[in-house]
Amino acid sequence: MSVIVFIESKNSAFKKADFEAVSYAKRLADQLEQSCTCLVIGSDVSSARVLGVYGADRVVCIQHEALKAFDGQLYTSAIAQAYSAYEGQVLILLHSSTGKTLAGRLAVKLEAGLVSGANGLPDISQGFVVPKLVFSGKAIAKVELLSDHKIISLMSNTLAPEELGSAVEASSFEPQLAASGLRVIDRSTQTGTVPLPEAERVVSAGRGLKGPENWGIIEELAEVLGATTACSRPVADADWRPHHEHVGQTGIAIRPNLYIAIGISGAIQHLAGVNNSKVIVVINKDPEAPFFKAADYGVCGDLFEVVPRLIQSIKKLKGTH
Amino acid sequence: MKIGVCISKTPETTSRISFKNNMTEFDTEGVSFIMNPYDEWYALVRALELKESGVGSEVIIIHVGGKENEAIIRKALAIGADRALRYDTAPDDALKVAHQIADAVRKEGISLLFLGKETIDYNGAEVAAMVAELLDWPFASFVNKIDVQDSKATVRREIEGGTETAEMELPLVISASKDLAQQRIPNMRGIMMAKRKPIDVLDAVDSPLRTKIQLFELPQEKTGVTMVDPEDMDHLVRLLHEEAKVI
Ligand SMILES: Cc1cc2nc3c(=O)[nH]c(=O)nc-3n(C[C@H](O)[C@H](O)[C@H](O)COP(=O)(O)OP(=O)(O)OC[C@H]3O[C@@H](n4cnc5c(N)ncnc54)[C@H](O)[C@@H]3O)c2cc1C
Ligand SMILES: Nc1ncnc2c1ncn2[C@@H]1O[C@H](COP(=O)(O)O)[C@@H](O)[C@H]1O
Repeated sequence: MSVIVFIESKNSAFKKADFEAVSYAKRLADQLEQSCTCLVIGSDVSSARVLGVYGADRVVCIQHEALKAFDGQLYTSAIAQAYSAYEGQVLILLHSSTGKTLAGRLAVKLEAGLVSGANGLPDISQGFVVPKLVFSGKAIAKVELLSDHKIISLMSNTLAPEELGSAVEASSFEPQLAASGLRVIDRSTQTGTVPLPEAERVVSAGRGLKGPENWGIIEELAEVLGATTACSRPVADADWRPHHEHVGQTGIAIRPNLYIAIGISGAIQHLAGVNNSKVIVVINKDPEAPFFKAADYGVCGDLFEVVPRLIQSIKKLKGTH
Repeated sequence: MKIGVCISKTPETTSRISFKNNMTEFDTEGVSFIMNPYDEWYALVRALELKESGVGSEVIIIHVGGKENEAIIRKALAIGADRALRYDTAPDDALKVAHQIADAVRKEGISLLFLGKETIDYNGAEVAAMVAELLDWPFASFVNKIDVQDSKATVRREIEGGTETAEMELPLVISASKDLAQQRIPNMRGIMMAKRKPIDVLDAVDSPLRTKIQLFELPQEKTGVTMVDPEDMDHLVRLLHEEAKVI
């Protein structure tokens, strides 16, 4: 039996979240005294070897023409075939757009119980119990999986990736697939920055910025920190910032290691998407701003003075390293 | 062509969350419930727009849950849906919900099915993909734009760090993201008409039970905020570097 982890990055453009999933799978496999098998789509066998470093005992490249575009039905079929061939018992995926599109399908196909959005390792001392955040992070549910086969989709930044092994020779696997009924017309992705759901550090700003022309300091702060930028909803609604930056209850939910909120009041719908960040810094001129109650560090002052100062101080720190 | 829209209920965000029976059960006492925003604001409205543009013949609401949820179904009818099906069983498991929805789709001969991208209480994002697999249909997830012509849909999906536009064949399952449509507020006429629209109550179909919530826990409270002098950002940077170890 084996713990199988599906890595969604193709052509070996692996990201940190992929390594996190591999290390998570390896730790679980050790607890269960099983091996850890990592599935990748694509034919780049040589660069897939690196997944061994993060804990994969075996790396399998699933190769098929029809998997070039993301067709959930074909991906499900391909993963299910490899899962059976490598005697899977538990399947780990990321709780990302791709992972969420596949997890429910695979649960039906493999007759597996599913916990989506897990934020910790399963407790296997009694049964198989997986923790996940519910009610916008206001509670944690411990979900028991009762079936033989089990699927977990993992929130990013749950466990840090660890070097648990060494590079392994990847093998290839060819699934039997039908033709795809899907035709991709257009694809646009941001380049350069880490997408919000995976970002380790996020600099976020709200209506306190007064207008889109003032975003320069936010972008500069993000750049010196190696952070991704985000915003509150009214800011996206007013088109000061692109919609994909909107975090909160109706936007993206994130849990970076560091969340810096600048000129954001901290309305409950905003907090719902960010209050599971490990460390929260709030910069606001109103000492009564509700966000301070959810913060680890607070700075009460005018952001137009505080943020440039903060940028200088970070540059100083980086300069001494 | 019949269009289905699945609606779920969820506690209003400002609700206080608490648990009873030794933390094994969500305490609904005093909690006010709303229709899941992704279902109400985006999925339902886009389905109605498609019907209005001549693509659909009928918009049918599907809900899994008890009689106490009929107010939410009525609201969906007031916004403009034609009629509703309610599977009379507790929606306590995603797979169970998916089995009921798949049953409704088969019975009604629905060929375009809308769901929300996730419910905002459990944030599962599980049901839509399960329904798609149960029906063996294609599934377009996190859709923020859809147009339908004959038996083809053009959908724009949110993917990691961007969007992808694709052409997909009907029948099709769609999960709705923000911006798919503009929220509609029910008007008086809609509310009056909704009173006469039928809600059919159906018995639940079987589904295997594979998950069970054992226990709820409350996350650790923040220990209180450390305030830093706005003049002294070196101090903040030191704290973030040495104490919090995040930079
Ligand atoms: C159903 C629903 C869903 C919602 N979903 C979301 C969501 O997903 N995400 C979201 O963000 N919101 C959401 N909202 C909106 C939310 O309720 C708030 O209205 C919103 O978050 C406020 O945005 P803000 O903090 O940027 O603006 P404001 O509330 O206007 O706050 C601006 C803050 O900036 C501070 N400020 C002003 N000038 C300065 C300065 N010079 N220096 C320092 N500080 C300054 C002010 O003190 C204030 O605290 C939702 C609302 C509803 C009803
Ligand atoms: N009890 C239910 N009845 C009908 N539809 C539901 C129910 N629960 C969830 N759904 C649909 O499934 C979507 C995603 O839910 P989930 O997978 O639970 O996050 C929701 O937005 C609804 O469209």
